[in-house]
Amino acid sequence: MIVLSDEQIMLRDMAKSWVADRVPVSALRAVRTTYADHGSDPVLYTEMAEMGWTGILIPEAHGGVDMGLVSLGLIAEELGRNLAASPLLSTAVAAASAIVRGDNEAKKAELLPAIATGSLTAALAIDEGPHHRPDNIAATARVDNDGWVLNGAKRGVAEALSADLLIVAAKTDDGIALFACPADREGVEKTRLARIDSRGAADLRFTNVRLDKAALLGSGQPYVDRVLDALRAAQAAEMLGGTVQAFETTLDYLRTRVQFDHPIGSFQALQHRAADMMGEIELTRSAVYAALTALDADDRDAPILTSLAKAMAGQTFRAMAKEMIQMHGGIGMTDEHDAGLYLKRAHTADVELGNAAFHRERYAQFLNI
Amino acid sequence: MDHQAAPQTDEQFRASARQWLADNFPVSLKGGKYILPHTQEEGEKPGPDYLLWKGRIANKGWGVPTWPARYGGGGLTTCQAEILAEEMARIGAFNPIGGLGVMMLGPTVLEFGTEEQKLRHVPPIARGEIEWCQGFSEPGAGSDLASLRTRCEDKGDHFLVNGQKIWTSFAHVSDWCFCLVRTDTSRKQAGISFLLIDMRTEGVEARPISLINGVSHFCETFFTDVKVPKENLLGEVNAGWGIAKRLLQHERNGLSSQRNVANVERGLPDLARAYVGTDDEGRIADADLRARITAHMMRQHAYGLTLRHRNAGIEAGLEGSAQMSVLKNLGARVAQDLNELAVEILGIAGLGWEGPGYSEEELELTSGWLYSKCFSIYGGSHEVQNNITAKRVLALPSA
Ligand SMILES: Cc1cc2nc3c(=O)[nH]c(=O)nc-3n(C[C@H](O)[C@H](O)[C@H](O)COP(=O)(O)OP(=O)(O)OC[C@H]3O[C@@H](n4cnc5c(N)ncnc54)[C@H](O)[C@@H]3O)c2cc1C
Repeated sequence: MIVLSDEQIMLRDMAKSWVADRVPVSALRAVRTTYADHGSDPVLYTEMAEMGWTGILIPEAHGGVDMGLVSLGLIAEELGRNLAASPLLSTAVAAASAIVRGDNEAKKAELLPAIATGSLTAALAIDEGPHHRPDNIAATARVDNDGWVLNGAKRGVAEALSADLLIVAAKTDDGIALFACPADREGVEKTRLARIDSRGAADLRFTNVRLDKAALLGSGQPYVDRVLDALRAAQAAEMLGGTVQAFETTLDYLRTRVQFDHPIGSFQALQHRAADMMGEIELTRSAVYAALTALDADDRDAPILTSLAKAMAGQTFRAMAKEMIQMHGGIGMTDEHDAGLYLKRAHTADVELGNAAFHRERYAQFLNI
Repeated sequence: MDHQAAPQTDEQFRASARQWLADNFPVSLKGGKYILPHTQEEGEKPGPDYLLWKGRIANKGWGVPTWPARYGGGGLTTCQAEILAEEMARIGAFNPIGGLGVMMLGPTVLEFGTEEQKLRHVPPIARGEIEWCQGFSEPGAGSDLASLRTRCEDKGDHFLVNGQKIWTSFAHVSDWCFCLVRTDTSRKQAGISFLLIDMRTEGVEARPISLINGVSHFCETFFTDVKVPKENLLGEVNAGWGIAKRLLQHERNGLSSQRNVANVERGLPDLARAYVGTDDEGRIADADLRARITAHMMRQHAYGLTLRHRNAGIEAGLEGSAQMSVLKNLGARVAQDLNELAVEILGIAGLGWEGPGYSEEELELTSGWLYSKCFSIYGGSHEVQNNITAKRVLALPSA
């Protein structure tokens, strides 16, 4: 059990009731239709900003509330329960971390307040191929007179559809770096992807995109990894939320669906799978909050714990979504039922930012196995 | 007894615990482990340094760090006990006081015993002087424990016990046995009482049974016209089931917290490097095995974090006890997986029953693997734990 501060309990309860009230799972169905070109409902994002969530990782000097990743994780978990689609993690975690953790004071002053107020959304553009390979970036940023010239292609960038700002990983002569690139800059081409999880992902192409000198936010693999780890851990928290809700929805069904004159939840074959699943969820929860806590404290084993958390979250969410369908029988296979939405998000969220296998390998390398 | 004022902060406590351990733990015992007090294996009997260490820890109350000092415990918080365990692990020290008295009976007597019973039975457990065994299971009463039939009759100034227990671990080397007995045949759970029986009483006989790994530390225990003094009844007559359920929670709790699941002392990666070899980059040569070892270590890691979070939750007064069933199953499975991987790594070196031809480590790992199959049986089987979770935690309907 995670011990929270009073402030965190308040935050979580607020998130819980807001999500229940404003973002039922059916909201994702509206994203598929009404907001298909955006990937999320912008009104919901405005409300999140009003509650201060967009500024959770941002220092007070730059307009944020500086509460840390554990607090953000509590919100992400609640959002994940109902599969709430929003650019919160890509903006308030990924972009905010890239800026806060970088050494570009001018950009901090310029961008952080806009992120905190919710007027600026962002996406993190790293991967270029079918698999997460943050150590293998081909996109380039070349020095040109007084600025940079960006070239390359990024694939399947989460929340890129609605993003005003793109945080782009590119190679310079000195190695990997992250750049702040306005999404409407000349030479940036966005192609909408219709994905199974209905969120606003896009492919991006950068052709001789000119950025000023100050566009460089920070550089070096450790810096990029640290930004990624914050996002991975937050995403793992979101995935935990999805898992828990899929579990609870399934338990409700087990209590109410009657076959052979008994609720199906009285059948031991199903009871035991549910009980085993509870164990997996406990393990995942522990790993997720240990990672968030370690990242907040900048502990040395934070990357190890992050890989543990993301791998566990990927595995458990997928397993739960699969069980959710199986235990619902035929109705679980229908588009009308939520089970499919959980499976699609589970698979997408696992694949993004390194799937369970990726993080097992990363864990093995950290521990010299 | 050494009554120190409780240090203020956890960090201060850590510093004082570290100092005390440095002053008191005999270096000769570094890397050693708990020895069953009545072990009959020659060469495994506790030596003088072990006894010295045991005495010192007993005086400090740190064998049972969270029990009240009045009954021989350390009076520490869960968090301090955790720190103490960490500090011990750091220097290769270990707790020389253990057994079923520590894990199960002590906490139960503290909760249900009269003041006299507490003063009589708890301090000897805290000092590791008296060993207890658990007389619950019977040939006809395993998972369905409440169907037990060992008879207990009220004979005025004493009870008279007749019946048979089975799977009584360490009965042949224990001083006392806590037993469930039937005091009323007309009601199932409500006809059970909780009795403390001195194993040296006339009519008590324990016969060891061999396990699949050749070790025989569990017994059939026979009770024939055994006279038990009335003051040895814990709780009221016919109120034993409720007490037993609490005790079983302590058992699950203890089993789930056991850290010595890692009986592969040098760790699986090292073992694998030695028996399977490495590739050019120093990784375990068999990529599939390496991936499974990693997956196992991650689960073990997550399990450790879960235990730590649970302790923090208990400290903050948050946790319900039913969760223990979930933890017991997780812990058992992690430990069983570890043993499976260990013998897989050993290959034919893991086929030995006894030497020569096999190293001591190999024989121990093979024997440990065989033994590990019981982790999901004793203390409530995997299936029974899942029944409890389904009903109490997940509120699923009964058939
Ligand atoms: C190494 C070891 C040490 C032990 N030490 C002690 C001890 O010190 N004292 C003591 O009293 N006991 C001890 N036991 C006994 C242990 O508690 C029992 O073995 C256990 O409770 C199971 O009972 P059983 O062996 O009769 O199996 P059974 O109850 O006959 O179970 C057989 C199988 O049926 C399954 N099953 C039973 N009921 C259900 C159900 N309702 N739903 C689904 N599946 C079910 C079980 O999970 C198991 O797989 C020990 C056992 C072992 C292996």
